[in-house]
Amino acid sequence: MFIGTLVYGFINSCILALLAIGFNLTFGISGVANFAYGAIYIFSGFLTWIILNSIGLPYLLSVVISVLCAALIGLLVYYIVILRVKGLALSEVMATFGLGLAIMELFRYFDFVGFKYTLPVFFDGSIGFGEVYVDYQRLFIALIAVGLTLFLYLFTRHSKTGLAFRAIAQDERTALTFGIDSDRIGALSMAFGAALAAIAAIVILPLGTIAVEGGYEVLINALAVCIVGGLGSTVGILVASVLIGYAQTFTANYLEPHWMMLVSLIAIAVVLTIKPSGLFSRQKELEERI
Amino acid sequence: MKKRKERIDRGIKARSEDIFALSSYREMLYLLAPRAVPVVGLLGVAPFMSPYWQEIFISTAIYALLAISWDLLISAGLVSLGQSLFYGIGSYIAGTLNHYWGWSPLFTIPVATVGGGLLCTVFLLPVLRLRGIYFAMVTLVLPLMFSRLVEATRILGGTEGLPGLTPFPNQLTALYVIQLALLAALFGFRRLMASDYGLVIKGINDNDRSVMNAGINIYWYKTQILFLGASVGSFAGAFGTHIDMFAGMPGFALDYAIMPVAAAVVGGMGTFAGPMIGAFILVPLSEILRALGALRIVFYGLFLVIFIVALPEGIFHYVQRKYHQLERWVELV
Repeated sequence: MFIGTLVYGFINSCILALLAIGFNLTFGISGVANFAYGAIYIFSGFLTWIILNSIGLPYLLSVVISVLCAALIGLLVYYIVILRVKGLALSEVMATFGLGLAIMELFRYFDFVGFKYTLPVFFDGSIGFGEVYVDYQRLFIALIAVGLTLFLYLFTRHSKTGLAFRAIAQDERTALTFGIDSDRIGALSMAFGAALAAIAAIVILPLGTIAVEGGYEVLINALAVCIVGGLGSTVGILVASVLIGYAQTFTANYLEPHWMMLVSLIAIAVVLTIKPSGLFSRQKELEERI
Repeated sequence: MKKRKERIDRGIKARSEDIFALSSYREMLYLLAPRAVPVVGLLGVAPFMSPYWQEIFISTAIYALLAISWDLLISAGLVSLGQSLFYGIGSYIAGTLNHYWGWSPLFTIPVATVGGGLLCTVFLLPVLRLRGIYFAMVTLVLPLMFSRLVEATRILGGTEGLPGLTPFPNQLTALYVIQLALLAALFGFRRLMASDYGLVIKGINDNDRSVMNAGINIYWYKTQILFLGASVGSFAGAFGTHIDMFAGMPGFALDYAIMPVAAAVVGGMGTFAGPMIGAFILVPLSEILRALGALRIVFYGLFLVIFIVALPEGIFHYVQRKYHQLERWVELV
């Protein structure tokens, strides 16, 4: 039981990290809290299902198409919606939230509800660690989480676009003087965030069915991890997803599943009260409290 | 040929800003007309509507009160994403008093208004120093936390809630009570913000550190505003719970947090009238769209997006500008 909790806690942490990494990327670079994040997650899941089952393309191709589609949506949303209300944080949140609502409820209207909406797993079968059995898909999730984190680390340090990302995140005005177009980078960061949401959806959704309600849970989980870790900090995201992931799994196994959500909510409230910028973010004392 | 838009105050606006307004009926009417619109619209029209629309009117007014309370908090720089906290606390206090001790709504609503205001202020006191998005996140999380707490510990009826509360004697009474409260909040808060006290509050929103520099204790002011805003929200909750004859976890629902913010963004922030207009557009709109079934929320979401992109300043600011100013295109020289 204890070892099982440890293993599944680790996998839960990887899932949380995968969910949060895209949201965090967009927020860290362009400062846009993308509340349509959960909707894009669900959208990519359904799109993959449609391409796979209604059009009948091979799995790998449909994965590539839906990730690209998600990125395109992110790009369009930035240029059509966000750019016009840039800087008005509340308007950004309300606009993306409204858009997410529209996307998710559109799927509900076309009756995308039921157990037949599942994605196939990448690898079938399971492996045993002593008496604990873990299926390959969960291991694959952990692998993808680690791989994506590594990829982002290398990308933001050794590519021109990645360096531009970091420049805008650190100081937008100075970056502008170096000829970095902040609108272009903002749009790209949104597209990257959306593509990461799509990848997370395609990897995680095979564990269950694709449901519209899942979109809201994804958003809350992503927010929780980002707040506890510190908005915009990658190390913080990893540590926070381990903390929340284990806390959730332990409370679900040893207490009641009812308490699971409560624990992460209390974690958010406590972290915000004590160290608002999150556990691993640079302290911005005067910006966050007076 | 390039042109720019020139905006000039109307003559009548400049004249009626002073006491000289009293010199002519035209100028008095200019001042009176916009203020008469909500009063006549609320008290005059609502009683003649069908009972079904009266019900919608009441729930619209509840959302409008929450939106006005949100607007008061934002005037002091406190961004709240958790109006449902105030609503839920107010509804649980009124519900408990009525369900367990059988108090009449005549007493539960005032007690819930003041008690809810105090309780919410105490809950948010530890994070009063937080600014902007950090404060907003705490307010977003607290109502979610309370509803999970009720679910997990099964206190106050747990998931079942507290049913069978005393309703209002008739719909017309409820209608007038909520209308008077709405008008009182609207005009009261507008008056408050026009006074010297309001000036300090605006200063805290614009630059809190320079207000501190002036030797003013901004925490005390923020606490007072928080209490006022929370009281109005708790009143809405206590009132709504007697309308529904039920107090329970839905009181902490995200609806009560999102709708006020949406109403304020659509209507125009910082004016109190704006959020009220926003609520009176959005709530009936979502009711009219009900015929479309699930498609309703799709249209609703898209409406919100289009509105925010097309008119970011909000309806009230736009209308106010048209009322007070002349606009014309002039050539750039």
